[in-house]
Amino acid sequence: MNRQIIKSPLHHKKNYFLSLGKGITGAMVVFILLGMVWQPYSPTAMDAMAKSQAPSLLHLCGTDNMGRDILSRIMEGAGTTFFIAACVVLIGFTIGTLIGCLTGYFGGLADVILMRVCDSITAFPSILLALVLVMLCGRGKYQIILILGILFIPSFARVVRGEVARQRSQNYTAAARLMGAGHFRIIFKHILPNLLPVLLPTLSIGFNNAVLAEASMSYVGVGVQKPELSLGGMLSEAQTYLGNAPWYALFTGLTIVLLILGFSMLGEGLSREES
Amino acid sequence: MLDVKNLHIRFHKARGGREAVQGIDLHMNTGEILGLVGESGSGKTVTAMAISGLMSRKQAICTGEIWLDGVELLSCDREQLRRLQGKDIGVVFQEPMSSMNPVMRIGAQIEESLRLHTNMTAQERRDRALYVMAAVELPEPEKIYNQYPHELSGGMLQRAMIAAALTTRPKLLLCDEPTTALDVTIQAQILELLKRVNREFGIGILFISHDLNVVRKLCTRVAVMYRGKLVEEGPVDEVFFHPKEEYTKRLIAAIPTRKKRG
Amino acid sequence: MKYIAKKLFTLIITLFIVSLLAFLAFQIIPGNAAVLRLGTNGTPQQVEQLKEEMGLNRPIAIQYGDWLGSFLSGDMGVSYTYNMPVEDMIAQKLPSTVALVLLGCLLMVVLSIPIGIFTARHAGGVVDRVMTVLNQVLMSIPPVFVGILFSFVFGITLRVFIPGDFVSWDENITQFLVFMFFPALSIALSRVAMTVKLLRSSLLDEMDKNYIRTAFSRGHSRDTALRQHALRNSLVPVVVFMAVSAAEMVAAGIIIEQVFAIPGIGRLLIASIGTYDFPVVQAIVLILATWVVVVNFLADILSQYIDPRVRLG
Repeated sequence: MNRQIIKSPLHHKKNYFLSLGKGITGAMVVFILLGMVWQPYSPTAMDAMAKSQAPSLLHLCGTDNMGRDILSRIMEGAGTTFFIAACVVLIGFTIGTLIGCLTGYFGGLADVILMRVCDSITAFPSILLALVLVMLCGRGKYQIILILGILFIPSFARVVRGEVARQRSQNYTAAARLMGAGHFRIIFKHILPNLLPVLLPTLSIGFNNAVLAEASMSYVGVGVQKPELSLGGMLSEAQTYLGNAPWYALFTGLTIVLLILGFSMLGEGLSREES
Repeated sequence: MLDVKNLHIRFHKARGGREAVQGIDLHMNTGEILGLVGESGSGKTVTAMAISGLMSRKQAICTGEIWLDGVELLSCDREQLRRLQGKDIGVVFQEPMSSMNPVMRIGAQIEESLRLHTNMTAQERRDRALYVMAAVELPEPEKIYNQYPHELSGGMLQRAMIAAALTTRPKLLLCDEPTTALDVTIQAQILELLKRVNREFGIGILFISHDLNVVRKLCTRVAVMYRGKLVEEGPVDEVFFHPKEEYTKRLIAAIPTRKKRG
Repeated sequence: MKYIAKKLFTLIITLFIVSLLAFLAFQIIPGNAAVLRLGTNGTPQQVEQLKEEMGLNRPIAIQYGDWLGSFLSGDMGVSYTYNMPVEDMIAQKLPSTVALVLLGCLLMVVLSIPIGIFTARHAGGVVDRVMTVLNQVLMSIPPVFVGILFSFVFGITLRVFIPGDFVSWDENITQFLVFMFFPALSIALSRVAMTVKLLRSSLLDEMDKNYIRTAFSRGHSRDTALRQHALRNSLVPVVVFMAVSAAEMVAAGIIIEQVFAIPGIGRLLIASIGTYDFPVVQAIVLILATWVVVVNFLADILSQYIDPRVRLG
């Protein structure tokens, strides 16, 4: 909190990353929320008269090979992808923070071993591990939420652990201890709020990795299963008709890009704000 | 040999817009050791940076004249200045550890000025480097030549820095608090070395320090700076025993002496 | 040498642990391999007979030793689905994947280092600012989408290659490389952007250090000081990141093989996951994990070569 005070005059430059990030993310969230209550067409309604149509005023993003409205499908799919990514981050973040706080605060052998395990897991690409786990746990929306959620725990635990260990060595924790505060009170009341500035960029990175993982897994068919829509699954469907209806792939892909870009700019902006 | 006339240094607005040096004149004869003393913020380091051409023109504006052997440095463009840096002017900095490139062998760093300013072959450069390393009393030059900075002590590194500044036989050696970061015993050795360098190679030394004691041991003449101005200049003994300015008197009074310590 | 020996020891231990985990995950957790192989039609007697034949009634440690020994000598088991030796299936598919990943790594190195140096040299300039924004956008495009865009633009529209019409390297090496260039760029693109960003900031950090001031005092220009002094110092984090990227590119490669219909081990992996063909998945996962571990080992060695201080840490 104190580091906000010391700022040289040079840092008054406008943080474009932060404002752009807020703008894009805000727009995407509104888009997804809108998709939950209203869609221009039913995402599954076929129209034999309007197959593979280019974007027009009637169909803003065009139609697919069966005459379904692509914008409606994207709204539906983006909702699923967003839901999955949010759940994954929530699981990884909650459990990771808990583990990181406890091991970072108490240290000891458990800390050493857990962090070694976390290091080893993060050394391997999460998509590779997720593919293996799919084989053991099965495929589907909730399965990949669970699998990715568990795989994302180490990255959060590592960041939190490092920061907690650093905060613990600072004077205010010693002061709180002297005033008779219990360990858990110190962790949750004193240390945790101070972690926020470090955690926010990590959260945005985690969210993006989750979107990326969902898109990749659903694309190869082990994630969200048809007929349920998700951006990754739609990308695979769209690729089949790339020659007739390239806008299907284009708009679906752009939605993923904007979702990730918004959060990555937000994260970048937040860490620039920090330094 | 070195003549500084009416030097002004003003930082740009973004860096506070302060005028760090407000019109100073300095004169240094060939082969002399001139001490430049003052407390931190007095402008002594900024002056040294301006003389060595290390003052970034993006950060500050220097006006006035700096003459080195008939060349006016402030009117030189970057290219002309670069041909003098490392050849006619050598610089030794305060912290030897951070002033050396951690991933480059000592030998390569010592002979770098030769590489940039002469057409010597690799073998000639190596021979010269080893010769200078021996001259600054680095033990086992052949071994140190192939070592990395983290393998040497601070005192050894400062000797290597001095060697690096001497390979091209510069006219002026600028020492910016070269002993401040070192132990007292090492300090004395480095001062001895600088004296010998001055005597044997006939290189003029501009020695910047906040430590009057050190200046007294080493220098022939001393200039005192205070708040961006030169308050007093003269032979070391004269300034020490008959200070004219109030500030110099206070500075001298602040030196811990044996008598005061009891 | 001592450092390398130490790292080599860690490498072997890590590979041992990875193999043990792979063994447990695919041999023990899935349950009875004999039942899996016979399917639902097997009688209990048949299952028992096959279990005895496959050595599944022996202690786990002995099964592991046996399995590891035969794995290392090239016997990776028999595919449940195709009933053919796994090593033959993989040997056939591996060259395309190796070419894809190596080409990706090559592109990452040859693109990111010059661009990183360029943006650091011209930091604050127009090109640098455009690159910063472009980088942020490129980092946000998933490899799958890059691949699809490439097949549309260079495949369907410009006809540089024919999407889905894979040319094997032993048929026509030039066409193979032209075909492979686009998938390789797809997996490398976001990694290039990240590396450029990292190298740029690492270089700028180094340019503020004291030893650069020393270099200036010897008559270096900003450019030569950057190339001859700052660059080497800035490379250690970059090398470590490139190792991470090399691992991530393998994962992205699995997906990209699907996009471009490349018959590599990534596609085989996805197909085998679909059919629960455990021996195939196990072998592929082990190969990919070995790549990850070895790349990290190489990065450690390279960092130590770049910065002699690393061996102390």
